[in-house]
Amino acid sequence: MNAGTLRQVLLITDGCSNQGEDPAAVAALAREEQVTVNVIGVIEQDAISSNGEKEIEAIAASGGGVSQIVYTKQLAQTVQMVTRQAMTQTLQGVVNKELQQILGEDTAWEDLSPERRGEVMEVVDELGEQADVEVLVLVDTSASMRTKLPRVEEALTDLSVSLQSRSGRHEIAVHIFPAKRKAAEPLLNWTSELNRLPATFQRMSSGGVTPTGPALNEALAAFRSRRSKRRYLGRGGGEVEERID
Amino acid sequence: MKNASINLTPGDVVRGKWHQGVYRVMRRLGEGATGVVYLVESAEGPVAMKIGNAAASITSEVNVLQHFSKAPGDQLGPALYVSDDVNIQGETYAFYTMEYMDGAPVLSFLEARGREWAPIFLVQLLGDLDRLHQAGWVFGDLKPDNLMITERPPRIRWFDVGGTTLQGRAVKEFTEFYDRGTWGLGDRKAEPAYDLFAAAMVFIHMINGERFTHRDGVELLERKIFSHPRLRVYQPALKRALHGKYRDAQMMRKDMMALYAKATSKEAPSRKTTTHTPRKQRRKKGGKLVDAALGGSFLLLASVLYWIGQVM
Repeated sequence: MNAGTLRQVLLITDGCSNQGEDPAAVAALAREEQVTVNVIGVIEQDAISSNGEKEIEAIAASGGGVSQIVYTKQLAQTVQMVTRQAMTQTLQGVVNKELQQILGEDTAWEDLSPERRGEVMEVVDELGEQADVEVLVLVDTSASMRTKLPRVEEALTDLSVSLQSRSGRHEIAVHIFPAKRKAAEPLLNWTSELNRLPATFQRMSSGGVTPTGPALNEALAAFRSRRSKRRYLGRGGGEVEERID
Repeated sequence: MKNASINLTPGDVVRGKWHQGVYRVMRRLGEGATGVVYLVESAEGPVAMKIGNAAASITSEVNVLQHFSKAPGDQLGPALYVSDDVNIQGETYAFYTMEYMDGAPVLSFLEARGREWAPIFLVQLLGDLDRLHQAGWVFGDLKPDNLMITERPPRIRWFDVGGTTLQGRAVKEFTEFYDRGTWGLGDRKAEPAYDLFAAAMVFIHMINGERFTHRDGVELLERKIFSHPRLRVYQPALKRALHGKYRDAQMMRKDMMALYAKATSKEAPSRKTTTHTPRKQRRKKGGKLVDAALGGSFLLLASVLYWIGQVM
């Protein structure tokens, strides 16, 4: 059994969208295109507004992903955990479908006895280790995020360490929003070794608009064009060799 | 990640959906990344119950514990009893029950009984890690919170296997301070050296307290080791562990034991010069004297009673 490529958007934001379409609707579309949307809400000391919290949950729920609200200093570990959980969740969905084909329509994960579930989980774990992963990180760089960007960068290089430790191939791209002419723009193209972000990242910060919905749409477009390019070029990117000291 | 919603109170009864076991909640023992642990009364006596609503994580942990129970030799972690589901207010949660280990948190044990126990615990831990590694696993999330000291005799044991990963895979769960990836000293591939880094950090934490972070850099970490007399003794082994130079736990264990022997033989003559340790040792010695005196007077009393018995 092969899980193929797991595609995820990881949205990092600190507040409510205030421009363009409902991000939850775009996330629902993403899910239809087999792209999972995860959301991390970063807060400083203050709590996030209840509207912001609701939106974050709603985006992840319709995007088939995981959401979490964290203090800035816990960001690195959370990014890693959310990405991992979302992968497991997606793979569980994949395995669930297979199960239904074998055992019949009504059989879901919850209907399996804990013992059978254990066997299935071993398969999920194995797939999670081997699957190829593409993560497009979409970072909100609006004014209020400015002080949090160093920790965001740290969290992303840390995510790269975690992904490099797997057997499967992975690539990360970083897009930021809002951008000058578009809702979002790429900051870093697909790479399997994210050591640091361009220096301009720390200096990013723009006005008060937060076009989360349109930015998610741009992210989806990036996945689409990547997929169609792939069809012509075949698989790009070097395989990461196993390193054992 | 919705653990907060699981809130059982003493007296609540949990009934397993698949195996029909009945468990009465006695008290809350703690909380891990994947669920809450309660002490519960079962038909077989008191057991620990871990309950979470990420069924996947709970299932993974059950798998690990199951593999442990098949490994030869002493149990590698708490013994697994039952894995089941429970319905609480319309929501299904996965849970499992395991051996209840009654012990003290590592740090409070050291606080109460003295830091001189730390190297002993590290040596014990390395022995366990070696067996775990030989069985093909890596513990992953090694930290004081996942360890406890059981009594009679004091023994370090781990109880949360949430991070335990098959060797060769990416480590499932970790905590920044104890993670070599965070310190920039390696990746997160599950291999023995990953655990040995964490074991060294646990030791440093046990002696020094966790008063710095990876942001202070590796240099500061190494300075800390050098500047603390109780750590400096073990510097060669700690440095090797931090830099991934040990291939297996047994090698590190041997080095630690050799350094321990060297340190304690050196410590004896210089007792008067240093300040902190000797006082404790002298107090201990005093304790032994009292013990001896008590034992002696008991013998005296017994012999007096004997002779009285003989005379009468």
